[in-house]
Amino acid sequence: MTHLLHLIVEPGFFSNAPVRSALLAGGIVAVVSGIVGSFAVLRGQSYAGHALADISVAGGSASFLAGVSPLWGFAGVGVLAAGVMDMIGVQRPSGRDLATGIVRGAGLGLGALFLYFDTTHTSTTGATITILFGSLFTISSSLIPVIAAFSLPALGIVLVLYRPLLLSSAAAELAAARGTSVRLVGAACLIAIALTVSLSALTIGAILSTALLIGPAATGLRLTSRPGLAMAWAALIGLAATWLGVLLAYDSFYWGSARHGWPVSFFVVTLILVFYLLSPRPVRRVPD
Amino acid sequence: MFSGFMASTWEVASIVAVVAGVIGFFVVLRGAAFAADAIPQGAFTGAAAASLIGVNTLIGLAVASLAGALGISWLGRRGRRDVATALILVAMLGLGALFLSFSSEYAPEIYALLFGEVLGVSATEIAPVAILGGLCVVVTLLLFRPLLLSSLMPELAEARGVRARRMELVFLIVLALATSMTLPVTGALLIFSLMIGPPAAARSVTSRPLPAMLLSVFIALIVVWLSIAAAYQTNWPVGFFVGTLGAVCYAAGRGWAALRRRRSVRASALPGPSGTGAPAASVRV
Amino acid sequence: MTGQPPAADPAEVLGVADLNVRLGGRPILRDVSFSMREGEFTGLIGANGAGKTTLLKVILGLQPPTSGTVRVAGQTRARRAGLVGYVPQKIALDPDMPMRARDLVGLGLDGQRLGLPLPSARRRRLVDEMLAAVGAERFADSRVGNLSGGEQQRVLIAHALISRPRLLLLDEPLANLDIASEQDVVSLLGKVTREQGVAVLISAHDMNPLLPFMDRIVYLAGGRAATGTTDEVVRTDVLSDLYGQHVDVIRVHDRILVVAGRGGGTRVPAPSADGPAGPCEDEPQPDPHLAESI
Repeated sequence: MTHLLHLIVEPGFFSNAPVRSALLAGGIVAVVSGIVGSFAVLRGQSYAGHALADISVAGGSASFLAGVSPLWGFAGVGVLAAGVMDMIGVQRPSGRDLATGIVRGAGLGLGALFLYFDTTHTSTTGATITILFGSLFTISSSLIPVIAAFSLPALGIVLVLYRPLLLSSAAAELAAARGTSVRLVGAACLIAIALTVSLSALTIGAILSTALLIGPAATGLRLTSRPGLAMAWAALIGLAATWLGVLLAYDSFYWGSARHGWPVSFFVVTLILVFYLLSPRPVRRVPD
Repeated sequence: MFSGFMASTWEVASIVAVVAGVIGFFVVLRGAAFAADAIPQGAFTGAAAASLIGVNTLIGLAVASLAGALGISWLGRRGRRDVATALILVAMLGLGALFLSFSSEYAPEIYALLFGEVLGVSATEIAPVAILGGLCVVVTLLLFRPLLLSSLMPELAEARGVRARRMELVFLIVLALATSMTLPVTGALLIFSLMIGPPAAARSVTSRPLPAMLLSVFIALIVVWLSIAAAYQTNWPVGFFVGTLGAVCYAAGRGWAALRRRRSVRASALPGPSGTGAPAASVRV
Repeated sequence: MTGQPPAADPAEVLGVADLNVRLGGRPILRDVSFSMREGEFTGLIGANGAGKTTLLKVILGLQPPTSGTVRVAGQTRARRAGLVGYVPQKIALDPDMPMRARDLVGLGLDGQRLGLPLPSARRRRLVDEMLAAVGAERFADSRVGNLSGGEQQRVLIAHALISRPRLLLLDEPLANLDIASEQDVVSLLGKVTREQGVAVLISAHDMNPLLPFMDRIVYLAGGRAATGTTDEVVRTDVLSDLYGQHVDVIRVHDRILVVAGRGGGTRVPAPSADGPAGPCEDEPQPDPHLAESI
């Protein structure tokens, strides 16, 4: 019996401190990303979510430069970019993606500039890689309360504005007729997305950040037609993918004789993709 | 700035601008900004894999770009297009992370892939870029009308035997080839911004397809030339100037469109009711 | 005659007085005045671009008038929410949106409230009742994006009515329906008016489907309105006056035709861009069709 368990969970998994941090931090980010991401996908803002992750990275570089704590750089720039995106926002989805792309291009250009200053002043070329690809296993446990603290406003916005957000995402005219400011609600949602994404980009890398935001949410939407349930699914799937990914990444260290672990981001992303592909296409009811 | 060694830079950049202008016109038309952004990013994986197995990076890039394009097309049929693009993107980046972890020295190459080394282009690199870029442009121009029709009015296109899915696939493949060709020289940032900003501005000025495409090529050329000049002078990365100028183009385009709308609304003032002393106020019976 | 001062009549649900609206420098509505009482079924008739949607938006409080007043149950703009239900023209609902018809109707109760909704038996009962009232039980658990035009219409009506408004506005509800669904929707609305005493204002470009239930009519042309009962308003002399050119009103069986006379027509102003248009979008100018056929 213990032999079987050892097959799945390599020795030392639960007592390993970095693993515990990874599970905790990853878990928090996965749940928040799943819930906030549901709205992102609903509103067709997958691209915006991804763009904000990258822009936060640029903000991170800028903050390295200015000597400010990277967390503020990430979050601050993310929120700023969200504001800009919303201000120049257009109604049609394709127009929105265009605006997102422009902001992303400009933002990355700025990031390139900062990186240039950065590398000419100091030599942190490795920084790009870690920021882009990140690693859950290198999170220090002291960061976890900060992660939780930053997740709260993101989650809070989406939960407090739940009904107006839901209605304005489904049918903006109906929400407007009820006196909801569709514009304001949309801006708040984008800011929540920015906070979520910049947080996860910092802790687990820009790739995972987008994957956790979009994948589980998209899967949840296919599984059920009830809004609240879809979000619960998204959080659950994200959590499962993250924890399983951590487990597999830890185990992979023991595979073969190379003593070389596979990156956790690879596992998590693959699992997210697998879950999405396995989810059934919602049945298109033929109207009577 | 116009010395011998910079000549290659100007040439390559101009070719890239033309390719970006032509294909970017359709990118904007089809609302495919995300795909145009995602495919080059995914191409990273190909570069990493290629380095790992010791193959020419270019081939790795092309293969990864094509895989990305095919993946987006296939997954996009199962669900929403933007979700499909996001998932394929992260899947490829995840794979890229895996390949990266197997090898060790990448930082400078990654930087180059992201932001390009257009200022350091050598003459030998022009030929492949020119040939394949030219190929992409020719294919696009040959398919101009069916592509246009299926982008604007898919049902009408279907009725004429233009299969929307096939066009979508063809378009994505052309996009993938174009970006992978120019990626190593100009970087992911350049090609992407060039494919979005100038065409968006061109479309604001005119809604006629062919002039819009030519205008977008023209604007892309200007953007690229200005960026190179500025980068040469300041030593700052070219990507920064292209990204910023792309945004300026977009903003200018929207400003122009807003101005034109306001003027046209004023111009079509309502002529008073014709003839014969109809009452100015409403009638309450 | 110009409009009369707003009535202090407590049974008056809607009072529009001397309403003028200019958009983008162009006059859309000129000195429009009319009122509606409880349980009245009024048709807002006019060609495309005549200003119907604008008028509805002003009543909703989404568009400020250039001059004039609108009162709903005696209240001015600020306090109007909750008194008015609104069914917009066909809205695009994403088939992937995870929202059942029942969820959308439920949001009609509290879609603007903050905080997380707590499950409540009362809420569920109200939603069930409303769904039954509009005949939507069959597809109550289907995704809203999967509904046909007629089914969607019913759900939108339920969404608007569940909070018991005094006034129900519908913007071209019949535009995309087949004849059978048209009749269903109109008789449903007629039933609602009688049973719940809700005043209903429906905009349409063809008045004929509404004739069986319509108490009064507000006829818009050239930005001006003629109001009264059908017999009072839909007459050759009144409408010719309104259009500023000769039109003929022809009654065939129980149908009404309004036909343009000889000579050039007055060009009806096209609505200005209410919503944001993309960089290259030229909205097609609607043709003035004075001949309204069946």
